[in-house]
Amino acid sequence: MTVSQVREKPVAKPAVPVRRNGKRPFAKWVGEFGWRHLVAVLVLVFGLVPIVYVVSAAFNPNGTLSSTSLLPTSFGFGNFKKLFTDPNVPFGRWFLNSIVIAVPAAFISIFISSLAAYAFSRFRFRGRRPMLLFLLLIQMFPAFLAVVALYLIFGSIGEFYPVAGLNTKLGLMLVYMGGALGVSTWLMKGFFDTIPKELDEAATIDGATHAQIFFGMILPLAAPIIAISGILAFVGTMNDFILASLFLTDRPEMTLAVGLKTLTADNSPASYFGIFAAGTLLTSVLTVAVFMSLQRYIVSGLTGGAVKG
Amino acid sequence: MLEQRSRTAGSATAAGLIIKIAVLAVVAALAVWAALPLIAAEAWWGLALEAAIVAVVFYVYLQRRAIQLKYLIPGTLLLIAFQILPVILTIGTSFSNYGDGHRVDKDQAVEAIIAAGVQQTPGGATYRLSVGESASGELTLLLTDAADGSTWAGTEAGLTELPDATVDGTGRITAAPGYDVWDLAELNERQAELAALAVPTGEESGIKVQGLSAFEGTSTRSYDDACDCITDAETGTVWYADNEAGSFLTEDGEPALVGWRVNIGADNYTAVLTDPDIRGPFLGIFTWNILFAAGSVLLTFAIGLGTAMALNKPSMRGTKVYRTLMILPYAMPSFAMLLVWAQMFNRDFGLVNDLFNLDVNWYGGTWSARAMVLIANTWLGWPYMFLICLGALQALPSDSLEAAKIDGATGVTAFRKITLPLLLIALTPLLISSFAFNFNNFNAIELLSGGSPFRAGDAVGGTDLLITYAFRQAFGATTADYGFASAISVFIFLIVATMSAVMFRFTRNQEDVYS
Repeated sequence: MTVSQVREKPVAKPAVPVRRNGKRPFAKWVGEFGWRHLVAVLVLVFGLVPIVYVVSAAFNPNGTLSSTSLLPTSFGFGNFKKLFTDPNVPFGRWFLNSIVIAVPAAFISIFISSLAAYAFSRFRFRGRRPMLLFLLLIQMFPAFLAVVALYLIFGSIGEFYPVAGLNTKLGLMLVYMGGALGVSTWLMKGFFDTIPKELDEAATIDGATHAQIFFGMILPLAAPIIAISGILAFVGTMNDFILASLFLTDRPEMTLAVGLKTLTADNSPASYFGIFAAGTLLTSVLTVAVFMSLQRYIVSGLTGGAVKG
Repeated sequence: MLEQRSRTAGSATAAGLIIKIAVLAVVAALAVWAALPLIAAEAWWGLALEAAIVAVVFYVYLQRRAIQLKYLIPGTLLLIAFQILPVILTIGTSFSNYGDGHRVDKDQAVEAIIAAGVQQTPGGATYRLSVGESASGELTLLLTDAADGSTWAGTEAGLTELPDATVDGTGRITAAPGYDVWDLAELNERQAELAALAVPTGEESGIKVQGLSAFEGTSTRSYDDACDCITDAETGTVWYADNEAGSFLTEDGEPALVGWRVNIGADNYTAVLTDPDIRGPFLGIFTWNILFAAGSVLLTFAIGLGTAMALNKPSMRGTKVYRTLMILPYAMPSFAMLLVWAQMFNRDFGLVNDLFNLDVNWYGGTWSARAMVLIANTWLGWPYMFLICLGALQALPSDSLEAAKIDGATGVTAFRKITLPLLLIALTPLLISSFAFNFNNFNAIELLSGGSPFRAGDAVGGTDLLITYAFRQAFGATTADYGFASAISVFIFLIVATMSAVMFRFTRNQEDVYS
């Protein structure tokens, strides 16, 4: 504390703005902001430790769990190289499988949900309310709860149509498409309701058909919510383990979730941990980029009631 | 006239009409493609169902009155096929004994038991043997006729020709479409399952495995309609049919290896409620399942709310950076991070023991394993809670807080009496769905602990949830019991339905969603 400050104080004492300038600015700062920063930093430490650990493991040239510490001690790209050269780790195939399944599944299910959401938002018909309620109920039942039945169903589908049975990507995709319907229909209906109906009416007067209104007007206007629902469906599919592990059992046919799990299994070589971490890091680049760029929309989508899988 | 029609018609423009015709043509083509295998298999019910679906689709898109149906039908069909039908089938299966040893019908079971008594007859066909599993997990003998090199697939149900199989130099099948062919190591490991398998080829003949080959022969066993029993002429054993349990039993009550699928009523349910070997562990799982879900919601909500309160200050510097970093755990692929956490809890080399200088065997004890899954699951879930809490805090009506401040309510009081109740009203539906999500959080348990710790000889692990327990009953290493697993699934359905009912009560006030 400087002399001038000390001398100034008694002068300023009776004045009103005392509080605002503060006797001890630091104490005031602590009371107002300090604890906030403290909480944030503490929570961030908890939140970031595992992520730092993965990064450290991915660049650890030894690649074993025992030689990995929180902060890297040495550095190398060996794990990433092995990810694409080790014949026992078809990471490229896994990545491709996940994308090939998740992208079309998300795309088609979002399209179908948007159709249904349009009907619920713009048409009035008998049975609309019960159907909405039923949809609300069904979205509480994730598809994997009936995993035994799905397994049996696709076992018999495979007898008639080998392209869509167990052990096929198409079969798994069909399940994922059905599973995402309820949630995204609800999200999208909520958004469609906020698009003024006067727009539809104006378009109808201009001679537009219902299909033209939907494809030409509603869909473009609803782009943000479609993006969010699509991303949530995509991420949910990428993260699914239970169905993917049942459907795709051949090593080169696995998805990322099932494939990466085999790398940390007890009977895998110890040095696979580094490869696993490198694979995790590459996988997260995709999801993190998507989340970061759409942060704002995702927050509003979440408050609308979506739960990430 | 034309003007008016164009307003109600589905596709008045030329382009629209062309698209519509193209889509319906694709539907028709798909329908023909889908019908062919059904006709080949003479599955007339399936064909009728398919025709009905196609007829509905064509009707909906060609009519002009109920336009909403055109938008609803794709989703409805998909929802029925992959959400509603599985639920109904689960309920149906839960009343049966479907599973290993009870996969086939009674006639096939009789044939299989007779075939198991096959003795080689001189001059009978011999086969080179491979073994595989069909896509639906059925154990199958993949046979190459030693005489003419033709290839066959044999199951409990009988022998079918397998024309597209790939054979190696010795004539053994190495790959076949629709089958997962075992290698030698697996063949050795699962020899016991093979010994039990017999492929019937006729009334009293069948194929049996011997080492790496198989032979056809006649059986010493025969089925007698009068007593509904199977007699082995050589050993004198008699198996009587128990039509309620779906098995053939000797007089000592020893079941034959193959039974058949029957409706066993509510046995799977009563077993859960009355069988002490199942009831105790089941109640244990159930309690822990609720604890896990409630604990996860509470912990994530507490941390998320605390952080949101801390960052809900527009004049604070760095909030953007904090928020971006806090979304990071949420944006990471959750399955991979669960696997990372599983490694971090490794006893000898894991980060957790390392950082805190502990020597806890996390997977060893029930409660340490439970603490472990809760910690990891909290890590996964709190950013979500943070985001929704922050959103809800910013949407709170500022006038009630102002009024409270004027009335003299400060910090903690204002939070407890005003902020928290208002928040809870807004967030209850989300908290309930979070509870429901965690109640069935298969990934968190399967990828972290796999249900462990297991006590010796116990089918139930210390961290098992109902869903992981059901999954293991159906697909675990031990014998598959689809009936019992389905019964557990139905319990889960009921619990989830109850949660939904509670949630409806909270959302009923928000009537506007239906408007």
